[in-house]
Amino acid sequence: MDQLASLLGYEFVQNAVAAGFVIALLSGAVSRFVVARDMSFGVHALAELGFTGAAASVLAGLPPVLGLLGGSGITALFIGALGVRARGRDTVVGVTLAFGLGLGVLFITLYPRYASQAFAILFGTITGVSRSDVALLVGIAVVTLAALAVVYRPLMFATVDPEVAEARGVPVGALGVVFLLVMAAAVAEAVQVVGVLLILTLMITPGAAAERLTPRPGRSILYSTLIALASTLGGIALALVLNAPVSVFVTSLSFLFYLVARFVLGPALRRREARGA
Amino acid sequence: MTGTSEPAVRFERLTLAYGARRVWTDLTAEVGSGTFTAIIGPSGSGKTSLLRAVLGLVVPASGRLAVLGHEPRRGDPEIGYVPQTSRFDPDVALRGVDLVRFGIDGHRWGIGGPDADATARVRGAIEQVGASAYALAPVGRLSGGEQQRLRIAQALVGAPRLLLCDEPLAHLDLGSQRGIVDVIARWRAATGGTVLFVTHDVNPVLELVDRVLFVVDGRWAAGAPDEILTTERLTALYRSHVDVVRVHDRLLVVGEATGSGFEVEEPHHLPAQLADHHEGG
Repeated sequence: MDQLASLLGYEFVQNAVAAGFVIALLSGAVSRFVVARDMSFGVHALAELGFTGAAASVLAGLPPVLGLLGGSGITALFIGALGVRARGRDTVVGVTLAFGLGLGVLFITLYPRYASQAFAILFGTITGVSRSDVALLVGIAVVTLAALAVVYRPLMFATVDPEVAEARGVPVGALGVVFLLVMAAAVAEAVQVVGVLLILTLMITPGAAAERLTPRPGRSILYSTLIALASTLGGIALALVLNAPVSVFVTSLSFLFYLVARFVLGPALRRREARGA
Repeated sequence: MTGTSEPAVRFERLTLAYGARRVWTDLTAEVGSGTFTAIIGPSGSGKTSLLRAVLGLVVPASGRLAVLGHEPRRGDPEIGYVPQTSRFDPDVALRGVDLVRFGIDGHRWGIGGPDADATARVRGAIEQVGASAYALAPVGRLSGGEQQRLRIAQALVGAPRLLLCDEPLAHLDLGSQRGIVDVIARWRAATGGTVLFVTHDVNPVLELVDRVLFVVDGRWAAGAPDEILTTERLTALYRSHVDVVRVHDRLLVVGEATGSGFEVEEPHHLPAQLADHHEGG
């Protein structure tokens, strides 16, 4: 603990903790919807094409976060425009993904110091973010969370009960595109912590674990956010103390939470429900 | 309550089409206020499309329709809708009370805070359909009949004047079917509401039905059940000989075109079934 407290004196640690906090808040909340809407593959595509955007922005001398956001945002709009129907969606995602990732490989090889940059984007760089990065990440997260709050009720309605939602006048198709954009922003943020390749650990696992813990929609979002927070901040702390990459511990912690929710707490909850509690 | 002389729904030469395929042609009929109309026909005959037109979700190819005295409006709060859907995913994070609550304010923007009035209305609707015992359980873990009662509570919680039900008895056992029919019958008796009820089997609702709208391949016939559900009328609609027989108070429609006769189905008509699935998506 003393070691942790003294580490908090370093600016890079403060930056990592502050960025990790808002990123976990956003990805935890979004993750609940990603799981409920069954969009794991979409998350993956947004992250990998975010990589393409980041590679392009590195080449152009811009902050990688902006490139990530641009890459995943353009992909979100593209998927939204072409793949509104659930069945065609995965196909459109796959087609887009293959091409975009090829471009990313090109951009990254054009850059002279490409190996370290590529590693950072693929596996996360949270302990390397600067003050201005933190400000940018907080700004993106606040705007995205505000957007999610505005669409929360109709989005939840459209997610679990699309036929009736449509009949009640909810713009189900437009909300699907809005959610893709929210997802794109959350992906661009979460990449900072765990990188493109491990994105699902923050965008799927917390939501999947929370689903096991409560049948209440609002509370499941709260739990998902708490699990993402504990995984991210716990992961940063363990990485600093044990001097190993953050991603290793974030993925381990979130997987551990999932296992506990799935095999220990979830079944206990079901037994309680069965007794009519 | 407006005057009862005004029909709840009026179809005027309504034609609905998907691409080149017409599912309804020149439908002219009135659904009287407070009546129970069964919309019957084989899969893929456009029964769901007709409900979607009433909901304002499908634009007619030609003709027009008036719903509760005006053009169809998306999200009309005076319409309750029970869609034809499969069961909820067993793991969905949703309880019966949450599902019913969507019927009040699920379409509104924002997060939504505590609302004592809405909570009371949700509780009332759940009591009305006899679902109080399991309203707090995860909805995906409930039986098909229990889920359907909650869907009806969701449709009724907004105090609609018109209730649209799309195959609400499909895949339910006879006991559950009777329970659902009772709930709808009681709601009608209490409120004088109008029901449009899509079904491929008229028997479970035979005693409630005032009017029948029967459709086969775009051809339709409307009238009292005794008028329409006859050997002559249905043979003309199917364009192949069918017999309508009454056994043990059940109506059986038997013929080459209808298979076993327990249901008005066309088991050999695969393309039409695919089309029905398509339009539901």
